[in-house]
Amino acid sequence: MNKVLRVVAFLFVSAFLILAATSMRDFGVPNDATMDQYFIDNTQAEVGANNVVTAVVFDYRGFDTLGEATVLFTAVIAVLTLFRKRKEDEMFEGEVR
Amino acid sequence: MNDRGMSVIVRTVTRFVYGLIIVFGFYVIMHGHLTPGGGFQGGAIVASAFALLLVSFGAAGIKGKLNKKLLQSLEEIGALAFLGLAFAGLGTAFFYNLLAHGGGFFGAAVPAGPNPGILNAGGLVPLMNWAVGLKVMTGIASIVIVMLIGARKEETE
Amino acid sequence: MSIGSFSFDVTASGQFPYIIAAILVAFGLYALLFKRNLIKMVIGITLIETGVNLFLVMVGYRSGGAAPIYTYANPGQGMVLPTPQALTLTSIVIGLATTALLLSFAIFVHRHYGTLDVRKIKELRG
Repeated sequence: MNKVLRVVAFLFVSAFLILAATSMRDFGVPNDATMDQYFIDNTQAEVGANNVVTAVVFDYRGFDTLGEATVLFTAVIAVLTLFRKRKEDEMFEGEVR
Repeated sequence: MNDRGMSVIVRTVTRFVYGLIIVFGFYVIMHGHLTPGGGFQGGAIVASAFALLLVSFGAAGIKGKLNKKLLQSLEEIGALAFLGLAFAGLGTAFFYNLLAHGGGFFGAAVPAGPNPGILNAGGLVPLMNWAVGLKVMTGIASIVIVMLIGARKEETE
Repeated sequence: MSIGSFSFDVTASGQFPYIIAAILVAFGLYALLFKRNLIKMVIGITLIETGVNLFLVMVGYRSGGAAPIYTYANPGQGMVLPTPQALTLTSIVIGLATTALLLSFAIFVHRHYGTLDVRKIKELRG
């Protein structure tokens, strides 16, 4: 029963995904490019950088980069915390802290 | 895991190549505002040089040569520098680009249209690239070495 | 190209690239549902994230455009949209953080149970 359920779930979700992909807009014609056209036209005048993607990541949308740096920092601290050395390793299961 | 790492050929080639990979990673970080790249991509390239060292020399070859406190404090310096640069232009807005077109440090004027890049331009963007690059390279290096030592120590117990 | 009565155009136009991204996500879903090794399930999760990142980059394409960089650019050629590329950068870094934590948990499971088989982890109570 478990295997039948997994097969049915897999077929249902992949059919849903492929059907959603066929009802997308045409490839190469974006819907509304007003904001991105503003970024392309005004990057060299306002930010002074040649790379529009870096200007978007660090200047126009810098707050999202701050959130991403926080996620990376949290992941590094979590991995370092999982692998720290405990002093009394043998008695750890019986103790109540 | 083999304590001596991999064979002699791999170790010799690694000794030649890992310096070049680190220099290339620094180039990608530094020219982030002119060519494709930036802080995250260059930091990942330098971290991959460190992972190459770890794979070819084994954990025993790296053990005495690395200071874990130095790696952790460099990562904290990178995170705090990024936050400090965000607060630097707080007089106008939160992430305001203070040094762009200012004429001083990283403040040259950029002509419009296609041009060969000017390194001195960009305002706060190259400084933020360095802060994020430092954070990513030391963070990924810490993760890789802690997972290797943690997985290996429990195998031999 | 036509097979029997079907005929579809195998070029990068229409909706064909989006179908490829959906097939990549379906491969990752297969590896997540039907494999019993923990490391293979982590590979499936990484495949799902790769498919989603590919879809994000493909949304921002403009016909006949080049990369949005002004250094040594062709004068007179349009540029693609830069915002989906910036969001994909964030998504890749978050995928890295998730994969690092998943693999750390896999190391812990192997240390405690001695095996990486998902069915045996459910049966034994260590």
